[in-house]
Amino acid sequence: MLQVENLDVVIDSKPILENVSLTVADGEIVAVLGPSGSGKSTLLRAIAGLVEAATGDIRWDGRSIANVPTHRRGFGLMFQGYALFPHMTVGENVGFGLKMAGGDDIADQVEEALSWVGLEGFGSRQVESLSGGEQQRVALARTLAPRPDLVMLDEPLGALDRNLRQKLVTETREVLEERDVTAIVVTHDREEAVAMSNRLALMRAGTIVQTGLLDELLADPADQWVAEFIA
Amino acid sequence: MRRVRWGWVAVAAPPVIFIGYFFVYPLVRILVLGLSELSIGASGVEARLIRVGWFTLWQAAVSTVLTFIAAAPLTWAVSSYDFKGRRLAMALATVPFVLPTVVVGTAFVALGWQESIGAILAAHVFFNVAVVVRTVSTLWSRIDPRMQEAARVLGASEWDVFRRITLRLLRPAIAAAASIVFLFTFTSFGVILILGGFRFATLEVEIYRQAVTLFDLPLAAALAIVQLLGVSGALYWYSRYQERTAVSWTLERGANLRRPKGRARTGVLFATLGTLIALAIPLSMLVSRSFAGTYYQALFRDDPVVGVPAQAALNSLVFAVAATLLATIVGILAATVITGHRGELSRWFDLTLMLPLGTSAVTIGFGFIVALDWPIDLRATRWLVPAAHALVAIPFVVRSTVPTLRSVPAETREAARVLGASPFRVWREIDLPIVSRAGMVGAAFAFVISLGEFGATSFVARPASATIPTMIFRLLSRPGQTSFGMAMALSVVLAGLTAAVVLAIDRVRFGELGSF
Repeated sequence: MLQVENLDVVIDSKPILENVSLTVADGEIVAVLGPSGSGKSTLLRAIAGLVEAATGDIRWDGRSIANVPTHRRGFGLMFQGYALFPHMTVGENVGFGLKMAGGDDIADQVEEALSWVGLEGFGSRQVESLSGGEQQRVALARTLAPRPDLVMLDEPLGALDRNLRQKLVTETREVLEERDVTAIVVTHDREEAVAMSNRLALMRAGTIVQTGLLDELLADPADQWVAEFIA
Repeated sequence: MRRVRWGWVAVAAPPVIFIGYFFVYPLVRILVLGLSELSIGASGVEARLIRVGWFTLWQAAVSTVLTFIAAAPLTWAVSSYDFKGRRLAMALATVPFVLPTVVVGTAFVALGWQESIGAILAAHVFFNVAVVVRTVSTLWSRIDPRMQEAARVLGASEWDVFRRITLRLLRPAIAAAASIVFLFTFTSFGVILILGGFRFATLEVEIYRQAVTLFDLPLAAALAIVQLLGVSGALYWYSRYQERTAVSWTLERGANLRRPKGRARTGVLFATLGTLIALAIPLSMLVSRSFAGTYYQALFRDDPVVGVPAQAALNSLVFAVAATLLATIVGILAATVITGHRGELSRWFDLTLMLPLGTSAVTIGFGFIVALDWPIDLRATRWLVPAAHALVAIPFVVRSTVPTLRSVPAETREAARVLGASPFRVWREIDLPIVSRAGMVGAAFAFVISLGEFGATSFVARPASATIPTMIFRLLSRPGQTSFGMAMALSVVLAGLTAAVVLAIDRVRFGELGSF
């Protein structure tokens, strides 16, 4: 279980996150929904340890991980632009996390991870030769392959065109649910947030305004802004 | 809560120590020595500084103007027209630029032009034509032709269009090329030492003469300060000029070239062939005269004064390998620091590393003999030669690797960290593989620079550790036809070695030579 408690993040002396608290239970998929610039990506980066918290705490299964460096947290983060390694093949990309963990049978595990996203046999392909949708799926496979405790997806479908997005929303959610992962999905798109998650967390100007199921938020919005944003 | 990042300290330490001890510290010693000489105000020092400084300045200015005149026809042809052999013509015109200065000097001696100002200016033009052609044509060929057409429609003659539109738009490129040529000729050493004799001395030659021949180190240091002021002045003028005249307009994406027709065809033919033939004369003279005798065989015979000249080739190759390793390792580490840290530290580091580029090689060599007696006397070791070469080459390695490292988005490294890579493994798995290709190009540059380096080497190489360029100079300064023939033969060998490495670079990445 992930617990973010009263988190403040300051970048270049500007407050980006203010007093953010969020809990994600095991096996739960939470969507963080908010307009661009509201601090959603920074929240993921803070959980991953890529940015330091000014105050507040982040706990995993009750233990503080504030002093654990990024590479030892065992979380997965899928970046907005995918951040695939340009000098590696698809297989090397997907196998990177497994290699870092020092595991055996990397080839078999890579092939298995590729099969989760329907890209069997793509292992030897070059990253640049892939279409946008294929890149998205490679990035997803790379994130899931080391079987991280927590999966974070930053605008996972943001860079794709609308037809592809509708198809991949369902696919991505299925992949996440089959693996039974704990996940946070960041998006600015209400449809996407609802389709991919069990629970919503609404974010505005660096603060989480309200959390709950869509019906709960619709029935009892915290303020005027929430009512309009999810309507 | 800030932790000391020992990994970064380990990466930054080698370049900081190397540049600090071999460059910054000697420069400080030169400044201290030279300023005390100037403050004493010994008789005749000022007059000498002014005389040498004035000659250095005007020959550089005249060389720059003459280079532009000589380069104009070919620049016009390759900027406006697409013709058979265009790329080849540009590659051939670049050959003199990549040749070591001693080879250029020897080639003009082979023409029988030594000890004259004409020979010096001709050699400078020969060496620098490529700078103007490549720098100016890159911009010229990409000017949107509709601007010139618009001027024609508004009633401008073809000459008016060239003068009022094309030339004005080309100003930034012309200023860039002019500052480069001016800097190269202002700091020219090998060519002037070989072709000027004792009658014509630039600041560089005078520093060498005072320090190495007459052992007047304080006067040499004072000259070095004047030299540094001149170079800084030129660089300052150029950066100010760039700020003032920055004209922004939409450039065409690719080169905008027409097929030459009618009179233009004849013009292109004459411009291209004329330039190439003129550039070929000194080199073909050098090659043909080097074969007029048994000079190549003589390179392998033991000479009572200079030893076996061929030994210098072996020395050069060993030094080049050592200098390449040193420059590549220090350069890549430095590039890692520059790109890994944002803010003041990285900018300061970047600037310090570029300083050897603006400082002349002679000043670097001079600094070694002034300063490297502390903490232990290193001045007699032969390994100062590759250290000096590496110092000259490091800016090139840094320049060829920093853009590649910068092109790696921060997210790529972050993705590796999230997937469990420690900072060291991020460097090994992401930065190193990506940088190694650009590093190869930088390493090849370092190798070529080391092979031909003369300015710094002439201060630190001992007779036993002579390199090809210093051996050529020793042979040239000895009377006798055989010595001269051997100098020409050794020059051809050096030119051949250099050409082979440059061709190898060109195969890796064409056009890298175009960006100075």
